[in-house]
Amino acid sequence: MLTPGPLTTVQDRGRPGRAAEGIGRSGVCDRGSAALGNRLLGNDPDAAVLEVTAGGLAVRAEAGLWLVLTGARCAGPAPHAAPFWLAAGEELRLGPPVSGLRTYVAVRGGIAVDPVLGSRSTDLLSGLGPPVLTARDVLPVGTAAGDPGTVDVVGVLDPPSGGVTVTVLPGPRADWFTDEAHTALTGTGWTVTGDGNRVGLRLSGPELTRVRTGELPSEGMVRGALQVPPSGQPVLFLADHPVTGGYPVIGYVAEPDVDRCGQLAPGQTLRFRRR
Amino acid sequence: MRLLPSGDAGLLVELDDLDAVLALHRTLAAEPPAGVLDVVPASRTVLLVLDPALTTVGAVATAVGRTRPTAADRTGGELVELPVVYDGEDLADVGELLGCSPAEVVARHTGTEWTVAFGGFAPGFGYLTAAEGTWDVPRRASPRTRVPAGAVALAGEFSGVYPRESPGGWQLLGHTDTAVFDLHREPAALLRPGVRIRFVDVS
Repeated sequence: MLTPGPLTTVQDRGRPGRAAEGIGRSGVCDRGSAALGNRLLGNDPDAAVLEVTAGGLAVRAEAGLWLVLTGARCAGPAPHAAPFWLAAGEELRLGPPVSGLRTYVAVRGGIAVDPVLGSRSTDLLSGLGPPVLTARDVLPVGTAAGDPGTVDVVGVLDPPSGGVTVTVLPGPRADWFTDEAHTALTGTGWTVTGDGNRVGLRLSGPELTRVRTGELPSEGMVRGALQVPPSGQPVLFLADHPVTGGYPVIGYVAEPDVDRCGQLAPGQTLRFRRR
Repeated sequence: MRLLPSGDAGLLVELDDLDAVLALHRTLAAEPPAGVLDVVPASRTVLLVLDPALTTVGAVATAVGRTRPTAADRTGGELVELPVVYDGEDLADVGELLGCSPAEVVARHTGTEWTVAFGGFAPGFGYLTAAEGTWDVPRRASPRTRVPAGAVALAGEFSGVYPRESPGGWQLLGHTDTAVFDLHREPAALLRPGVRIRFVDVS
């Protein structure tokens, strides 16, 4: 690791099945993009990748490696969504993303840091998993079990810049909110603020007002939850969301659309449509 | 029970009280419906997290509707004994709040059978509820910025053990040297929902 850029972590498919122990799933924010990288390299679907936030990564291969970049396409000469060989001593340098936020660097054989509780994912909320990567880290690479892919390049759409529309489904506490709040939820272009992270996105727009003001006993939630704290400004939970939360959830982003939310950069506009 | 929507990867079941949560969680955790990845109890709810590639919310709702949790499911969990040194800074204050001496607080705490109801504050933290007797102890007026790992504490109707050093507002009764959270143990958390706890005074 020459430089991790603003934030680079090791991620895989996370730690499902431990929420009752207070351990969230974590894992890649954009599951589809990360899975594509592993598939193109013939990796196990559970192989760990690098999740690069807002580009800026620079790494040097100590030995020759097959790599694939997926997710946010970054400025620079490296091919995207296409396997390429990085020879021993060669460097990979990513510029800023052209669009999207998170770029996945899959390596044939997977990133082979020691797993913690069955996963190599860094959970920024609980602190479990490998540490956030820093310059001069040396990352071990595993051995791939499957045949290498024979695909030269795949046509995938880049994460869009500008406005994004996703499907919203009813949440458990939809009845805690006013009709105006429900109208505002789907009638607003919500701005993605700059203080989001792997835990969730903070959205800025009209205040979502409640008809019920009492306290909600904490309850379990999954990624995609639109939780509304007293400010009335919703938080859209991503991979490192807390296992339980004490604010009412007005709606859920449909599961296939949550990956796209993980690619939203500050300043982009998010709209919700009902199915 | 009431079934509340939670998108297409979750189903929230709302129940009347904590006993019903404990019973349903134990029934579902012992035999989760196909495609369910996680069963997450909280104080009034149980969340089922599902893999939409393997099942649907409707199929999971049907499976939940078929469960018949019994009162025995409330009390049948594994029993763990936790040795505690009752040297907590708030022991005297808790005695005043409950109208008894520090020694009586210890006697009541060790004389109670606790059950882990749910987690959530941090990995390995369990909210322990008393099978009998009432505990109602307010949180400290000003939370501590640093509570050591292993601290045994009370707040509201719950007791708990801090799995690692963290800020906290619970009343401290003492400490245990038993690791309630250990990354090299499977499962890592000792205080999982349904586990019964007896505190043993080793002061």
